Amino acid sequence: MSLPTLVNTATDTVSRYVEAFKMHEGQVLNGSNAQVQGTRRAAIERFETLGLPTPKAEAWKYTPIARYLNRGYNLFLGQPETSVSARDVQELLVPDLDAHVVVLVNGRFDASLSDIGALPKGVIVTNLAKAAEANAALFNAHFSQYASFENDALVALNTAFVQDGLFIHVPKNTVVEKPVHLVSLIAANEDLLVQPRHLIIADEGSRVKLAQSARALGGTKTFVNTVTEVAVGRNAHVDLYEVQDDEPNVVQVNGVHTHQEDDSHFRTSFFTFGGEMVRNNVTIVADGRNDESHMYGLFLGHGKSHIDNHTYMDHAQPDCFSNELFKGVLSDQSTGVFNGKIMVRQDAQRINAYQSNKSVVVSDSAQMYAKPELEIYADDVRCSHGATSGQLDQEGIFYLRSRGLTEQQARGLMLTAFARDVVETVQIESLQVWLDQRLLDYFRRL
Amino acid sequence: MALLDIKNLRASLEESGLEILKGVDLTVNPGEVHAIMGPNGSGKSTLASVLAGREDYEVTEGSVAYHGEDLLEMEPDERARDGVFLAFQYPVELPGVSQMNFLKEAINAQREHRGEEEISAGVFLKLMREKAALVNLDPAFLRRSVNEGFSGGEKKRNEIFQLALLEPRLAILDETDSGLDIDALRIVADGVNKLRAADRAFVVITHYQRLLDYIVPDKVHVMVDGRIVMSGDKDLALKLEDQGYDWIREESVAAV
Repeated sequence: MSLPTLVNTATDTVSRYVEAFKMHEGQVLNGSNAQVQGTRRAAIERFETLGLPTPKAEAWKYTPIARYLNRGYNLFLGQPETSVSARDVQELLVPDLDAHVVVLVNGRFDASLSDIGALPKGVIVTNLAKAAEANAALFNAHFSQYASFENDALVALNTAFVQDGLFIHVPKNTVVEKPVHLVSLIAANEDLLVQPRHLIIADEGSRVKLAQSARALGGTKTFVNTVTEVAVGRNAHVDLYEVQDDEPNVVQVNGVHTHQEDDSHFRTSFFTFGGEMVRNNVTIVADGRNDESHMYGLFLGHGKSHIDNHTYMDHAQPDCFSNELFKGVLSDQSTGVFNGKIMVRQDAQRINAYQSNKSVVVSDSAQMYAKPELEIYADDVRCSHGATSGQLDQEGIFYLRSRGLTEQQARGLMLTAFARDVVETVQIESLQVWLDQRLLDYFRRL
Repeated sequence: MALLDIKNLRASLEESGLEILKGVDLTVNPGEVHAIMGPNGSGKSTLASVLAGREDYEVTEGSVAYHGEDLLEMEPDERARDGVFLAFQYPVELPGVSQMNFLKEAINAQREHRGEEEISAGVFLKLMREKAALVNLDPAFLRRSVNEGFSGGEKKRNEIFQLALLEPRLAILDETDSGLDIDALRIVADGVNKLRAADRAFVVITHYQRLLDYIVPDKVHVMVDGRIVMSGDKDLALKLEDQGYDWIREESVAAV
């Protein structure tokens, strides 16, 4: 099955995708899951109604997403090319990380490149398309429950064209000791819109960690619109780490939508090294008592890259804790955006919610926009937020240089120190070590 | 050849253009210890900063030869790799920057400059312990961030520790004694005395004579209003302690 082309008769982007949907409707998820079919139809209708976000939309004020999508990327609805080799995968693996490796090529599962290995009893690590059929009841109970497309055109577009991605289910009281490592590769001869969809379900008392890395091979332009849904059950722990290391030919919108039940822990850290435009949309609904939620990010803008972290921490229940720290280093003509909102609903008493955004701007032409928001309806809460943006301490640089370090070495040490506390949020040791080295190399080249 | 030869050095604050050094002349030979004293605002610390290459100052006139080479043409880190060391009056706290990594890079920068191989982990650790003992520093502090949370005395001892580690040819101590109690002062001075060597010179900038009871200088210079107006031996420091700076001001005005 190869249907990579998109009709070009429609004039505007929204109509082009709506027409493409009508043409290819039956091809997705093999059309076998009736509930998904209904959801997809609702999603494309909603997409048509919403249209693409304009800069007037507050959530997209600094990121002109339509300008990117209007480039006319082709929809990828086919099977992956076979040009990807095991060596391509190898290069994206974290050294010394013993993991269950799942490989996606152009958003589709590649069984021959994956190396899932032995899993604890009852644990499912597979691809989304397969789970939609083989585990339909479980799938239907969670799919599209957390990533709402009601007011999000990008989630609507992803949902309408849902094809494949990663599916994880960890049953009650089961611990997946080794992390799952998701490697996503793009290999194409044309400019593509790729829309992976992941679903992670952690039942009561279970634990799982996911590490992700991605790369576009070759020089075609790619728009990756990912949606990840995470259901964290009672007393379950889920960690999600993502290394975003794309070349300037890749634009990505990355939605992570998490729902937490009582006593659960969720942690996510993003490390953004590159890409033309990266937008991370993180939504956490702490919908249980005594939840812990952690959101961290380190973004390193260079060249003309534009990195936008958009977070929404929704405290819907009492006695919860959340912590959020996003740090950036912006060089060249790059732009950083941080927009973080903490919502504390009326009955969510005794909440401790912290948010911090710090950036270092190392070039005169780089820019940082920060917009922290608090919306609190309960009266017994402790919330704090802060945003700072500045330059490296020149006195510190001089001190290091006065001991013989070059200016580059001095800056490298200072920036590594600045980034340190975000790297320390990673609870997988080999990933932390690898990130440390990557950062040192990156900062030394600045 | 003199190690350091300063001639008619004039320097101004880059931002305001205010002239601080108004024609400094100073010659330091290898093995010598020179003390520079003077009232607050006379330009002592500015001289140290200009020698180390701090960019807040602009040299408008004069020359500084360092073992015959034009020091002012060198970047601050080149000066350091070539053996110039400034012990800071206010050592900088660098949260998150590991003291260990920093010093290893500093040592290797010097070694690279001299065409030597990188230091091995074992030799480096031994060296660190040995030099830390020289100034009574607990080796545990090496695992901390640079100067973060150090007491005033620890910061100054850390400066002398770095001096010992980097073995400079020209060490400039910028008011290393200020803010130290007598015990800390002794430790710092003992450290410096152990580091005196025939191929190493010290320029000790101080506001107080008491440091010179412990570090006995070969020459004492008095700086007033941006110039060295009087030079002598260690007795000059004692006279300054006794009589203050006013008599020097009068003599230097009378001499003009």
